[in-house]
Amino acid sequence: MSIKLENLNYTYSPGNAYEKHALKNVNLEIPHGQFVGIIGHTGSGKSTLIQHLNGLMKATSGALYYDGKNIYDEGYDMKALRSQVGLVFQYPEHQLFEVDVLTDVCFGPKNQGLSEEECLKRAKEALELVEFPEKYYHQSPFELSGGQKRRAAIAGVLAMKPKVLVLDEPTAGLDPKGRDDILDQIERLHKETGMTVILVSHSMEDIARYVERIIVMNHGEKLFDGMPKEVFAHYKELEQVGLAAPQVTYMMHDLKAQGMDVRTDVTTIEEAADEIMRCFHD
Amino acid sequence: MEMVQAKELVYEYEKRDDEGNVIGMNRAVDGVDIDVKPGQFVAILGHNGSGKSTLAKHINAILVPTGGTMWVNGVDTKNPDELMHVRQSAGMVFQNPDNQIIGTVVEEDVGFGPENLGVPTDEIWTRVEESLKAVGMLEYRTHSPNKLSGGQKQRVAIAGVIAMEPKCIVLDEPTAMLDPNGRKEVISTVQELRKKKQVTVILITHYMEEVIDADQVYVMDGGHIVMHGTPREIFSQVKELKKYRLDVPQVTMLAEELRNRGLDIPRGILRREELVRYVTELKEKEEKSHVN
Repeated sequence: MSIKLENLNYTYSPGNAYEKHALKNVNLEIPHGQFVGIIGHTGSGKSTLIQHLNGLMKATSGALYYDGKNIYDEGYDMKALRSQVGLVFQYPEHQLFEVDVLTDVCFGPKNQGLSEEECLKRAKEALELVEFPEKYYHQSPFELSGGQKRRAAIAGVLAMKPKVLVLDEPTAGLDPKGRDDILDQIERLHKETGMTVILVSHSMEDIARYVERIIVMNHGEKLFDGMPKEVFAHYKELEQVGLAAPQVTYMMHDLKAQGMDVRTDVTTIEEAADEIMRCFHD
Repeated sequence: MEMVQAKELVYEYEKRDDEGNVIGMNRAVDGVDIDVKPGQFVAILGHNGSGKSTLAKHINAILVPTGGTMWVNGVDTKNPDELMHVRQSAGMVFQNPDNQIIGTVVEEDVGFGPENLGVPTDEIWTRVEESLKAVGMLEYRTHSPNKLSGGQKQRVAIAGVIAMEPKCIVLDEPTAMLDPNGRKEVISTVQELRKKKQVTVILITHYMEEVIDADQVYVMDGGHIVMHGTPREIFSQVKELKKYRLDVPQVTMLAEELRNRGLDIPRGILRREELVRYVTELKEKEEKSHVN
């Protein structure tokens, strides 16, 4: 169930004044079950990239293999791909439209041609997965809080039982507790279902805390690809492309510069605290 | 005179069912007092649904209080004759730039505000140029706004407000969609404006790091002001903040964690430099005591 991109290129509005080469020769392989973070400044190509993953956008050139098959081959079943790779857009709650939450979450599986009974079962499972309170199942999605709306929207994608879940800034606009709740739930989903999770985020702190691999996009190209520790070691280059390392990584660099014998490849609060305390217990 | 002052401000609206029958009242803002002095940088924190955006909408009279009073630059916002005066005093930047950009070309969009105010054409262009420069979008002046990324659009929206030269700018989660550099750029742009033009800034945000330079911080919950103080006073109370679904900057959290593990570090550390200083001083002390 891996996803493999080979020399993928995408050009917006080719031949007119707004022509933009948004993806440039992207090569990438994401094995099944990985928790991947994609970072990049606004306009770096990350959203364009993820919209290729379920065939929503078609590359200008190059190949995209899902499970070994090139999705651009003639006769490829795009509909099947879209139920395998679930895409949660920015502000997904803007796409809620049904009369109540449960019906809204049923929309995806209904389109997959499943029976009403199966749709309801799937919808309930999905809502449980995101810990959406049952008492709101029959409420209008528009009357929910920001965090609950977002949960309902994510459930709408999960109800299609995708093998790969792609989320574009799932925490944008949420309060800090709401951010932590959603990300904790995504992490749990990843652990429990073993699905591949691809998370686009602007929060370096969140990315450092949750993902096992980071892909850095810049001007449509892949700039770095590695474990958080490896990627954030390039904090100076990251700054040059509009990004940064988590605050604690800078903190460790500062301490090192002041002569303390600390490791600088630290990306979370816990790691930083461990590392600083180690200096004191020696 | 205060730039913005609310006294026992209440905003209540009717809750209706599907048929439009009134089924109750909802108090989004409930007895709020705030005082913002000219030139101050004031932050309002609070979880989704705590009433902070509703409060903010009172500052340029999009909403008027159903109880209590809101004065902006000395003017009671309830007075309909003063509406233009209030809106000229306080400009507002919203979270979603798509809802506030109307021009087909960036520079036209930025010029829309001053044009409505009757600013002479030559000056409009000067203002447009200055504002776009201030937000780092000058090179996009002839672009179409709908071709810009979310972050770029937001900077254009801010330029549009700046071009009206308001005394006070209210920003309702302006950085929610921006990347780290975009966030930094917007916040430092706002800070610059404050220093150069003594613009009063009221910032609503979910990013705690953006608040550390504020003169005062208000925390809202359930339509009430539940905490009020300097950033240091507010961020010293980690548990209290978490109760209100909020957080503290990562450096503050690290300092708290180190304190819990036995290091003698005070509460309410806000900046990296501070924490580095405390940690290295403690380390030096420890080394000296080993030598003795």
